[in-house]
Amino acid sequence: MTPAPLLVLAFGNPGRGDDAVGPLLGDKLAGWLVDQRADDVEVVVDFQLNIEHALDLVGRRRVLFIDARASGEAGARFESVSAQADASYSTHAVSPQGLLEVHAKVVGGASPRAEILSVRGESFELGAPLSAAANEGVEAAWRGLIDWVVRARGVSEALCA
Amino acid sequence: MYENLETATETIGLQRLAIEPVSRVEGHGKVTLLLDENRVVRQARLHVVEFRGFEKFIQGRPYWEVPTLVQRLCGICPVSHLLAASKATDFFVSGNQPISPTATKLRRLLHFGQMLQSHALHFFHLASPDLLFGYDDPVPHRNVVGVLTDHPEIGLIGVKLRKFGQEVIRVLTGKRVHGTGSVPGGFNKPLSQEERDYLKSDILTVLGWAAHGLAIARQLYLADEPANRGFAAANSNFLSLVAPDGGLELYHGGIRVKDAAGGIVLDHFDYRGYNAILHEEVKSWSYMKFPFLTALGKEQGWYRVGPLARVNNCDHIPTPRAEAARVDFMAQGAGQPVQATLAYHWARMIELLHCAEAIAELLDDPEITGTDLSRSGKPLREGVGVIEAPRGTLFHHYKIDSNDLVTMANLIVSTTSNNTAMNESVRAVAAECFDGREISEGLLNRIEVAIRAYDPCLSCATHAVGKMPLSIEAIAPDGDVVSRLVKGGNGELSREAVL
Repeated sequence: MTPAPLLVLAFGNPGRGDDAVGPLLGDKLAGWLVDQRADDVEVVVDFQLNIEHALDLVGRRRVLFIDARASGEAGARFESVSAQADASYSTHAVSPQGLLEVHAKVVGGASPRAEILSVRGESFELGAPLSAAANEGVEAAWRGLIDWVVRARGVSEALCA
Repeated sequence: MYENLETATETIGLQRLAIEPVSRVEGHGKVTLLLDENRVVRQARLHVVEFRGFEKFIQGRPYWEVPTLVQRLCGICPVSHLLAASKATDFFVSGNQPISPTATKLRRLLHFGQMLQSHALHFFHLASPDLLFGYDDPVPHRNVVGVLTDHPEIGLIGVKLRKFGQEVIRVLTGKRVHGTGSVPGGFNKPLSQEERDYLKSDILTVLGWAAHGLAIARQLYLADEPANRGFAAANSNFLSLVAPDGGLELYHGGIRVKDAAGGIVLDHFDYRGYNAILHEEVKSWSYMKFPFLTALGKEQGWYRVGPLARVNNCDHIPTPRAEAARVDFMAQGAGQPVQATLAYHWARMIELLHCAEAIAELLDDPEITGTDLSRSGKPLREGVGVIEAPRGTLFHHYKIDSNDLVTMANLIVSTTSNNTAMNESVRAVAAECFDGREISEGLLNRIEVAIRAYDPCLSCATHAVGKMPLSIEAIAPDGDVVSRLVKGGNGELSREAVL
């Protein structure tokens, strides 16, 4: 099967308060894509990034990671991300930068263009609901997410023209 | 054997060293070593310090929620809890009527996918760095990224095997982690021809990877066999399910127990009566219970579960390549069970090969794409479900009331069954590897290596979700901290001078 050119990797634990931001946005996007009958974007939702997600990057043109953010300014934020050795690897979780580095190691060649969409969270307790601040951030992130899909598709069309 | 080190006869004046928590093991664990004035270990214990009480949490919930709910116990082996709970709650739908053949095969396929991905994670991601690089390799390098850098062919096999196992899970349940699929009374979604063909397209390659992984595990163990045989040694009984013909059985069978010499203690015991043969001892210093075989008593009745137990206990493995590997493995014991703790990894990879073979057979079975998925019968109000999870025998036991709400839940997870064995191995390492001087990261890791041979995951047993910082403290007999070794979230070690 040929992979979809665009990949959205949303991750976080839906049972840990604002850590649910990633799965929430990922599931919502998956539903939106079904309504659109679109197959050019694949959405993968998981608890955390693992080494084997590097294989999900194979054959992609662009990748968007979605995660909750424990620090920084309130709201949603887009950032570019590139491959970088991940010194934080200690169990079976890896950062987006580390994942891109693993992709380069195990697959070789250029990594796909990648960005992170993050939403600032306040509460990450087990069983806690989404905080009001994270809720606001999710609304802004959703608009940005749809915009990202539209823009990413546009790049494809420009390249094909 | 170092049973005498579980509890020191006199603890006053003993220095205390703590390793807290154990890294690359999910859930919080803590190891304490009490030393005498000559810095000789007098007491060593593995404590599990978090508790979430999942059995209480389940009570009051409708039974049909339980299989999906209990998956949240664990991010590594959620499917094992899904399946054990499904088997237990089948009784609430279909009574003693068996579920349909297709549903059984879909559950088996799901289970083999889960075992394959979990064993790949355990061996390649968590254990292979220690075995390939040595216990004293720098922490930032001694992980799966280090393996991918230095041994890309080995690392890539591990990554791809895990990915395939997760694909089996995703196809059958809709998600890689915490999907649905298995439900009380059967399975909720058939496997389409297209999905079957998609999984089949990779299976020959997967079989090759599995065989290669087994060869690596075997080679790493045999490379220093005497040392590996003695490391964290613990002679024990073994408990597992076996098939009616004595074959390796991961999904459904009767309980077999062998003693340390290989004698049959119990055979083909109906697991629904597990309460009659197991007793769970509570100790004041750990949240994790200590199960033992009632007939043998708590001193002699502790046992080990998991790959080593299963391979030791069975008479054969019902797939050809894994069976040949079992015969080769059992030669290490010369007619008796293999007791080496590090042999868990070799046995684990034999099972991984068996899972790959079993997946190939199931994908060739026409019944796997059938659509008869559920059964109903005269419902019962009590159900026990037992499977062989990646780390060992997993017991789920529920009772429901007339409103179909859970009134009682009891789970015995494999980590709990291995609790005494893990403590025994920790004591052996502490007694043999600690030279009485400053505690080192090497000692810390040797203890972790012993625990990791059984289990990378303490969270099921404590029903907790843990974090991974690591600190070691040396506390003098007067209570002052004289040394502290800290492992940060980035894997770097720092040694703080304490005045």
